[in-house]
Amino acid sequence: MKPNAITPAIALTLALLGTAASATQAAEPIPQGARLAATCTSCHGTNGQIQGNALPSLAGQQKEALLESLKAFKAGTRPATIMTQIAKGYNDEQLEALAAYFAAQKQGGAQ
Amino acid sequence: MNRRNFLQATAILAATTGCASIVGGSRPHVVVIGGGYGGATAAKYIRMWSQGSIDVTLVEPGGAFVSCPLSNLVLGGSRKIDDLTMGYHYLERRYNINVLHDSASSIDPAKRTVRLLSGAVLNYDRLVLSPGIEFLWNELPGMSVEGAQEKILHAWKAGQQTVALRKQLEAMPDGGTFAMTIPPAPYRCPPGPYERVCQVAHYFSQHKPKSKVLLLDANEDVVSKGPLFKKVWKDRYHNIIEYRPSFKTTDVDVSARTAISELGDKVKADVLNVVPPHRAGAIAAQTGLANMNKRWCEVDFITFESTQAKNIHIIGDAIQVSPLMPKSGHMANQHGKVCAAAIVDLLSARTPEQAPTLTNTCYSYISDKDVIHVASVHTYNAEKKTLLIVPGSGGVSPAPTELEGRYADSWARNIWSDMLT
Repeated sequence: MKPNAITPAIALTLALLGTAASATQAAEPIPQGARLAATCTSCHGTNGQIQGNALPSLAGQQKEALLESLKAFKAGTRPATIMTQIAKGYNDEQLEALAAYFAAQKQGGAQ
Repeated sequence: MNRRNFLQATAILAATTGCASIVGGSRPHVVVIGGGYGGATAAKYIRMWSQGSIDVTLVEPGGAFVSCPLSNLVLGGSRKIDDLTMGYHYLERRYNINVLHDSASSIDPAKRTVRLLSGAVLNYDRLVLSPGIEFLWNELPGMSVEGAQEKILHAWKAGQQTVALRKQLEAMPDGGTFAMTIPPAPYRCPPGPYERVCQVAHYFSQHKPKSKVLLLDANEDVVSKGPLFKKVWKDRYHNIIEYRPSFKTTDVDVSARTAISELGDKVKADVLNVVPPHRAGAIAAQTGLANMNKRWCEVDFITFESTQAKNIHIIGDAIQVSPLMPKSGHMANQHGKVCAAAIVDLLSARTPEQAPTLTNTCYSYISDKDVIHVASVHTYNAEKKTLLIVPGSGGVSPAPTELEGRYADSWARNIWSDMLT
């Protein structure tokens, strides 16, 4: 190192020393429906953007179609291996929120 | 400025001022310890949901993530360990997470600092611990003999051990016996041992048809998907798998490859696979956070904050679970999301969601293709202050199918992507 070189780390240290603790830069609130949708995305991909072709992408489907499917899974009128069991864990208001969230996501867009 | 400089600067600041509280400047900093299903998910979702306004450092000793789910297929021979191994580069490049391949050696909850094995000290506003499990070798005295743990494998943390156990199975002559011991519940991955014996039996049925599989279970009955597994053993692996419940292994004679039960029963095997009893990962226990039975960490299920220390959140297999919540990778991924949302809220002066919902899905491969599942939906009960299964939700497969095999493969691809890309 050159004798008078100030590394970026030391320069930043000096800068931070002159800074009083400031309020957290508040993020925008987590989008409506995102938390509940995150209960689905372990299997259906982040934001409903599916990897692979075993399942259709939830992201970008019509809200009405998604809601109809979810309600049919819950009622047991649409057969499935697992969704008939999972859909029963949500009330109708939650199913509506899930359908709205996934309908609003870009299909296969960058995360 | 880059993140490394920033971290060096904060470390220097802490050293020069001795005051952690002002470190971090105007941007909050979350340190995540452990890059498995829980920690990697939490790190990514904190960055995503804070729109990049919270800095995240992920401390993970391994150079790459190796999945425990599906690792039994390596023993069965239908997958390679490389198929289950993924790097952390997307977390670094796409989400600007500072990934340090290092280990946490100590935590100071009062100063809010983590000291790493390398000697570096990280300051945090909030800490996420996803430390996995630590084996309690002292409960099996023979396993502490020098070299014992290289001879008798657990393969309950995927990676080298998984590959080594597969090699032992390959080297075993036809007509030999593979025996596996299961510790008392709760343990990591409730259906895992039962899936494992299916995989080994599947391999034997094709390549070593005179060989046997013996499952020595400390529990009184099959802990997960019991009727399904028992039917598979009877229908498909009738002459191969023998299940022995209430065999609590309390010692191992390593040189004789013999498991010894609490009652003194001895079972000798050609390949002996011992899953020791375990508890929360060492760093959690060492910090005094394993406050339930000195094994598991109690948390507030709204935030996953420790009931023992403020600003420390604990997720994954290390926690004291709620009723009927399994210690699974899927569950850890779900913990990570609830915890991430709560941390983003708390660091933005908002109230966290008061009724979080989580799901669980565990697929088990009973051959190279056929799969069964168990699923559940859990939601917060304010009166009981815990997560409870939503009545009527969840269930198991009626029978193994190839269709569920395709869904299991899809599950793995998507959950790995959900945590790592």
